[in-house]
Amino acid sequence: MIPFDFEYYRPDTAEEAVSTFAKLEAEGKEPVYYGGGSELISMARVGSRSFGAVVDLKNIPECRAMEDRGDHFYLGAGLTLSDLIEWNGFPLLSKTAGRIADHTMQCKITLGGNLAATIIYRETALPLLLSDAKLTFAGADGLKEYDMDTVFQERLLLPRGEFLAGVTLDKSCFSLPYFHEKKTRNEKIDYPLITAAGLKKGRTLRIAFSGLAAYPFRDAEVEKILNSSFHSRERRADKVVKCLSDIIQSDLSGSAEYRRFVLKETILNILDTMKGV
Amino acid sequence: MYSLKEKSVIQLNINSEFKDVVISPSDILLETLRGQLGLTGAKPGCENGDCGACTVLVDGWPVKSCLMLTVEAIGKQITTVEGLKDAPIQKAFIEKFGFQCGYCTSGFLMVCHALATIHPNPPDILIDDWLQSNICRCTSYEEIGNAVRAVLSGEIS
Repeated sequence: MIPFDFEYYRPDTAEEAVSTFAKLEAEGKEPVYYGGGSELISMARVGSRSFGAVVDLKNIPECRAMEDRGDHFYLGAGLTLSDLIEWNGFPLLSKTAGRIADHTMQCKITLGGNLAATIIYRETALPLLLSDAKLTFAGADGLKEYDMDTVFQERLLLPRGEFLAGVTLDKSCFSLPYFHEKKTRNEKIDYPLITAAGLKKGRTLRIAFSGLAAYPFRDAEVEKILNSSFHSRERRADKVVKCLSDIIQSDLSGSAEYRRFVLKETILNILDTMKGV
Repeated sequence: MYSLKEKSVIQLNINSEFKDVVISPSDILLETLRGQLGLTGAKPGCENGDCGACTVLVDGWPVKSCLMLTVEAIGKQITTVEGLKDAPIQKAFIEKFGFQCGYCTSGFLMVCHALATIHPNPPDILIDDWLQSNICRCTSYEEIGNAVRAVLSGEIS
């Protein structure tokens, strides 16, 4: 049971959603945008989050769309992880979505909800960071497109009152060799000790992590080290661990020391798998 | 734009029947199914999306009803275990001994039924992925796997 009341709104257009949110905000109702709702319901139930109104985005066409746009592909932020898995057009994204929570939860969690979540892992950000995705925000001035690395720095930098409508992907990334490895403490379905996702473009390996630090990230220095093919695999793995040492987190899933060990093994595995790097 | 600001009567499509229920916007689907409609097949377990005992089908897909607002179900086709009505998976659970205490059974039945409907010929890895959404503390996993495979192979229809 959620121990407080709130109002529910399900707008039919992005403009209606933004104006409804602004009106509720002006009335002091502390509205929230609502995607799949699993995080909001969980947090509301235990009293760690409260709100006076929810604006459900699931009926907005831009949030539900899945469109081939020539060289690019658009995915609405309201698509569920399960939608992404069944689509499988971008295998790295589908694979990543398929390792978040369990299958039934994947039928509820949305792409936008995962990217904008409070939870630190936000694993769908990894393939989007690696493929230079563009994000479409809906706000008072309509829809605006931004580069992923501009508006996702540790977390989604959404101005209050705006929401993520969708993601545009460069289709040339869909067929690139990829790597995805999620290490958990114990069970297959758990938060990541480390999730590493890689994409090989030409002879260059791109890599992004979740679970390693308190936020998902892609790091230029790490990629420079990984692609220094004149160094041995072992040397490169050690240098990556050293490079990231300051941000590696320690929590109930694993100590920073253990994460460093797992990171090194993961890097070695990546270098073995992604031949030619 | 649809809105619900206070306790109101809404109509839901449950097991192919339209039912009127009185809900607040903050009501959870699991509570409405059990408390207002007497559909107690969906079980409250963890009530946090972890155990799967409350699983129902929403437009054919398995969803944990403890993490869905009732108001979200408007316009959707909701199926509970009461709506399966002697589906092959129910027979398979009996014949393959797919339960012990039975508390998790309705949730597992919904997941297995959805899998057999959406992916009639799934690879083993997909079966494992789908079944990992639910927990059986009596550990009947082997028998549950046998039951769903018996339906998928046509051994039980």
